[in-house]
Amino acid sequence: MTRDTYKNKRLVSVFLLGCLMFNYPILSIFDLPRLVLGIPLLYLYILCAWALLIFLVGLITSKHIKVSSTQNDRTPG
Amino acid sequence: MLNTEIILLVSFGYIGLLFAIAYWGDRRADQGRSLISNPYIYALSLAVYCTAWTFYGSVGLAASSGLDFLPVYLGPTLMTILGWLVLRKIIRISKIHRITSIADFIASRYGKSTLLGGIVAFIAVVGIIPYIALQLKAISTSFLLITQYPQISADFKFASIPVFQDTAFYVTLILAIFAILFGTRHLDAAERHEGVVAAIAFESIVKLAAFLTVGLFVTYGIHHGFSDLFSKADGLPDLQQTFTMRSQSMEAPTVEKYLSTSTAASAFSDWSMLLFMSMMAVICLPRQFQVAVVENVNEEHLDRAIWLFPLYLLAINLFVLPVAFSGALHFPGGALNADYYVLALPMAERHPAITLFVYLGGMSAATGMVIVETIALSTMICNNIVMPVLLYQPLEVLSERQDYTGMLLAIRRGSIALVLLLGYIYFHKIGGFYALVSIGMISFAAVTQFAPAILGGLFWKGATRTGAVAGLLAGFTVWAYTLFLPSLNLAGIISTDFVNQGPFGIAWLKPYALFGLTQFSTIPHAIFWCLLANVGAYVAGSIYSRPRAIDHAQAALFVDVFRYSDDTGDSQFWRGTANLPDLRSLLHQFLGKKRADAALASYASQHGLDWSYALTADAGLVGHAERLLAGAIGSTSARVMVSSVVKEEPLGIEELLDILDEARQVLAYSRELERTTAELQTANMRLKELDRLKDEFISTVTHELRTPLTSIRSLAEILRNNPELSKEQHQSFSDIIIKESERLTRLINQVLDYEKIESAHMDWSIAPVDLKEVIQDAATATRQLIDEKGIAIELELGDDLIPVAGDRDRLVQVMVNLISNAVKFCPPQHGRIAVRTARAGKDIRVDVSDNGIGIKPEDQHKIFEKFLQVKDPARGRPIGTGMGLTICKRIINFHHGRIWVDSKPGEGSTFSFILPISTNEP
Repeated sequence: MTRDTYKNKRLVSVFLLGCLMFNYPILSIFDLPRLVLGIPLLYLYILCAWALLIFLVGLITSKHIKVSSTQNDRTPG
Repeated sequence: MLNTEIILLVSFGYIGLLFAIAYWGDRRADQGRSLISNPYIYALSLAVYCTAWTFYGSVGLAASSGLDFLPVYLGPTLMTILGWLVLRKIIRISKIHRITSIADFIASRYGKSTLLGGIVAFIAVVGIIPYIALQLKAISTSFLLITQYPQISADFKFASIPVFQDTAFYVTLILAIFAILFGTRHLDAAERHEGVVAAIAFESIVKLAAFLTVGLFVTYGIHHGFSDLFSKADGLPDLQQTFTMRSQSMEAPTVEKYLSTSTAASAFSDWSMLLFMSMMAVICLPRQFQVAVVENVNEEHLDRAIWLFPLYLLAINLFVLPVAFSGALHFPGGALNADYYVLALPMAERHPAITLFVYLGGMSAATGMVIVETIALSTMICNNIVMPVLLYQPLEVLSERQDYTGMLLAIRRGSIALVLLLGYIYFHKIGGFYALVSIGMISFAAVTQFAPAILGGLFWKGATRTGAVAGLLAGFTVWAYTLFLPSLNLAGIISTDFVNQGPFGIAWLKPYALFGLTQFSTIPHAIFWCLLANVGAYVAGSIYSRPRAIDHAQAALFVDVFRYSDDTGDSQFWRGTANLPDLRSLLHQFLGKKRADAALASYASQHGLDWSYALTADAGLVGHAERLLAGAIGSTSARVMVSSVVKEEPLGIEELLDILDEARQVLAYSRELERTTAELQTANMRLKELDRLKDEFISTVTHELRTPLTSIRSLAEILRNNPELSKEQHQSFSDIIIKESERLTRLINQVLDYEKIESAHMDWSIAPVDLKEVIQDAATATRQLIDEKGIAIELELGDDLIPVAGDRDRLVQVMVNLISNAVKFCPPQHGRIAVRTARAGKDIRVDVSDNGIGIKPEDQHKIFEKFLQVKDPARGRPIGTGMGLTICKRIINFHHGRIWVDSKPGEGSTFSFILPISTNEP
């Protein structure tokens, strides 16, 4: 249960981070008519932020899986 | 190369493949080797979210207004991240209560309200039909487009095409057959369709692969990578503006371009509104509920799906902007509807294989959505609209039939056909005039109306049925006014004046600028007003209404679902029992004989029941039967059906009284406990006090023993060391030694007596005794003591014998103790002691009075206690052993008598006891 609570807290924090990154005013910082690496800045920013969120969620959930599997190892049967 | 026959062959071949996969999935499920029980298939099935809107429409929107296609995917990403909290809770609740649709979920949460279920089902059907029309339009348009290969022209007038020459009509028919075959194969209590899910997962792979293929082809085949493409696009003034959000100020606000705005600030508020709406929509869409909740095999699959699904969304959006820009470069000046750039680009490049693959991708996106959505809607229509209507008929009409499974399946099949037909009509009459995304947004806004009821129901126990009904109706009304009605304008059903001037020319009622709000563009404007009305009515209705008992019960079961064990269900709400044959025939009617018997048998084996003898079903079984039925006909109808066979009302006044009674018993028990605890505490304190007294006693006794011993020893030493002592001195010292020795003996005897009495080892020799003689003996025994102090003693014993039954020696001891006690406290020379006897009924009373120092009132009740001694104020230390009176009391008690004292300090004391007079004369 405690592990779940930690996981919930972490996921909620990632959610809040996402809300922040995908909203005004953070979004307006990158809202410039400029190409970076040949890609429009805002588009690049959103794709990167999106990928970051997915990475973070993957990290949180995979950690969770590892913890539970090691626990299973400790208690055979 | 690509003639109509090949395209038709490939199209129907593809749908045939879907049939095969669905069939295989169902076979595997029947064999118990589920094809779909893993997180990857689960995540892929969630991707049914990406429809033709995504496949064709995103590019169209990106070409006209840049990044505004993105919130629709960012919102679900954010919501999915929260999935572990929200979605998992919905899944757990739905599994426990066998909830099979979003209408059932909301109805069940708010006290299994039939009305609410009907409202939700109605809103869902009305709201989703444009969305289904969107898919049909995409299929139809893409077909018409590709059959012209290699010419490219997308100027179709759908409304003018005769129905029977319209491919969309035949596609609709095939989809209806698919949904009916695999969506209503049998009436399943869990309402799960593994075959359909397998097919949907496959379609998700196809559409992603197709879109990535066309994206790579466009980016690296037509152009030379991203930089090349974007720098070319940068040259076009139109496209340059779509790189950012503020650029949209150049666009003219029209009905089609919902997302165009006038200022940069409103672009951001629009963006946030859309983000929020799609966040809500991803949990409120009937098809998402179907794949994410109803078809979920294991809630642990969420663990991976909450990042796999966002990853899928990211992947399918990666090439939207490149394709849009490439299309704009290729077909400058709006030569082609941007919605079809995806298909038109490979066509323009004369690449038949990629064209065909993209066409299939678009078809997979559209068909996947249509199949799942119609199945979900048919469940709602059947369980929440048709069944309640049927159940309101007199029950006799219903019970004429033995088996309803056929009827239920027919209703569902009819619903699927009806939904598709309505979708087709909408597409045919209206859908042709709008861009794909515009149509989809209207549906999104409609289902978003469910969000307050669902999320509020999950986390707020105070939400009530009244609130939910009010919120949904308010939200839906505003939605219909601000979005649905104006959308009929282009088709000529609603006049343009209504949209532009407001109804009857009332400007502040203009549907796209209600109350003069012009800050938002159309969709965010509608979302704002809908949700304001919805949430406002929901909260107000919940606060100002009184919930019923079942509302409370369901609220607690939903909100605290993780606190209750998995199999609790809501059985505790049913207090009644039912006739088992009645219940069985009810299940037979709706589940079919085979399924019902199998379900009952598994319940019996789980609970170790033997039903060959049983005739009544207990509350647990009734609850189980209701859940089984709920899977088939929805929770509200199941409640109505089960209550028709259950004998008692759920939770009547008697049950409430029982519960109260139980509570009272518990209260009484706890009071009892409190009392016992208090008693124990008192006893404990007493024990501590006794312990303290014992310590004191021991120190007193040792002190008392040491005093005579010391004097004996010192006198004996004097005698030994001084042989020249005079005879008188010798004599007096010897007397003291003897006296002290006697005192010592007495003391030791008393301690021993006391020990004996206490440990109940005393040998009592009970015989007829004359109390008068006893008193005289005692007076004689203490004569020397009395005379030494010069005290006068009076005996007033009367003339008669005083016969008592007792131990003579012990009674003498009592009298000696009392008299010597009196002597101790009497002043020398003036002391007077009186011993009197008097008959008192059947008892004899003996008083021993003295004129000594007396006993303080606060000490009087204590002097019979063990070890207690009243301190001699003069000497500051106790006199005697402190056991004399205790021993007296024990002896008198043993003789069934009573002893007490009357005393006033300074005036003397009277010790009295009474003993029963013996009838046997000695």
